[in-house]
Amino acid sequence: MSIKALDSRNAATIAADREARFEARIGAEEKIEPNDWMPERYRRTLIRQISQHAHSEIVGMLPEGNWITRAPSLKRKAALLAKVQDEGGHGLYLYAAAETLGVSRDALIDQFLTGTAKYASIFNYPTLTWADIGAIGWLVDGAAIMNQVPLCRCSYGPYARAMLRICKEESFHQRQGYEIMVVLARGTPGQRAMAQDALNRWWWPVLMMFGPPDQESQHSDASMAWKIKRFTNDELRQKFVDATVPQAHYLNLTIPDRSLKFNAATGRWEFGQINWDEFKRVIAGFGPCNAERMRVRRAAHAEGAWVREAAAAFARKRRAAAAAVEATPPRAQAALG
Amino acid sequence: MTETSWPLWEVFIRTRNGGSHRHVGSLHAVDATMALHHARDAYARRGEGVSIWVVPSAAITASDPGDRDLLFEPAASKIYRHPTFYEVPDDVGHM
Repeated sequence: MSIKALDSRNAATIAADREARFEARIGAEEKIEPNDWMPERYRRTLIRQISQHAHSEIVGMLPEGNWITRAPSLKRKAALLAKVQDEGGHGLYLYAAAETLGVSRDALIDQFLTGTAKYASIFNYPTLTWADIGAIGWLVDGAAIMNQVPLCRCSYGPYARAMLRICKEESFHQRQGYEIMVVLARGTPGQRAMAQDALNRWWWPVLMMFGPPDQESQHSDASMAWKIKRFTNDELRQKFVDATVPQAHYLNLTIPDRSLKFNAATGRWEFGQINWDEFKRVIAGFGPCNAERMRVRRAAHAEGAWVREAAAAFARKRRAAAAAVEATPPRAQAALG
Repeated sequence: MTETSWPLWEVFIRTRNGGSHRHVGSLHAVDATMALHHARDAYARRGEGVSIWVVPSAAITASDPGDRDLLFEPAASKIYRHPTFYEVPDDVGHM
């Protein structure tokens, strides 16, 4: 065999060995860290997933931010402010985790603002009443928790650790939302009706949060094999329904699904057909609020440029002042006092 | 430093008196003072800290993950560093 042929055979063997060792680490439930070797596809799929998760947190601040000025009491306003602040923080943890994979913050923000990157479809729906804030905390955060708890065991270290932080903070979000629903459901007829109306509008979009049915999900197989994803879309969706139906019954509210039926044999709640056409339309950009969400985010980025410039300018000023003090001879420094 | 290329900092927080600072994550900031402010906002919203350290990520020297086995082998083979290696008769009580 020629030298060249030997070299390329060696290169192929080395590459195969590396892949095999990586798969063995995944199989042994080892965590992959930023400087470890990883297949390019693993890296790219994580960048996509983590950054889209981050974009979702930031966009998620908008439907709830809509009601901060109109919260019915100071306690509710403070709690909502804290929740929205948390969502911003969660976005930051996730961007930081994505960046460990070798992509810049600027590139990620750019992908988001140009519409190249996706974000969770649920945030393309409007918050029409105060009860929507309760429904979002109870259902949207509830669904997010269902998705996020398994991610705490994801194979990529920085993502798993970010998820641990997020999960600790997320449980206040769901309780805050459910408490709002409890108060409304036990309130005046008008308040009960408002709560029921919010449930009617949010229930199906929340079920769509778990993504397309298993047989249609594009990215799932590799994600499961690499222990990024631990449960399938349908498995998580079913878990969510089983956990949430009793919570709705406690509120004496009706879930807007005529096919909802308890199966005593499996112990599970069977539910009706999801309108996947609506899901595809919303993901493609034709939901009620897609255009507004993007407009607001682009404006915020453009209008916030002066803050970023000011921060950089102030840092330069501070460095120059510090350098000037250092360059001054000791006696003159003492005189400066 | 352009408007957007803020340096990266690693954040360490001591959660109570007497504990160690632990790594909690990273963030971008224009300088050390802003990094402390951002760290407080991003990583200590629930009063989890008595003290924050921020370190430029570029200042950290890390061991090469590829060298892990080599680096830690000397320790791995010295099981007599562990208390469980030694037998103490039951009659003596806890030691």
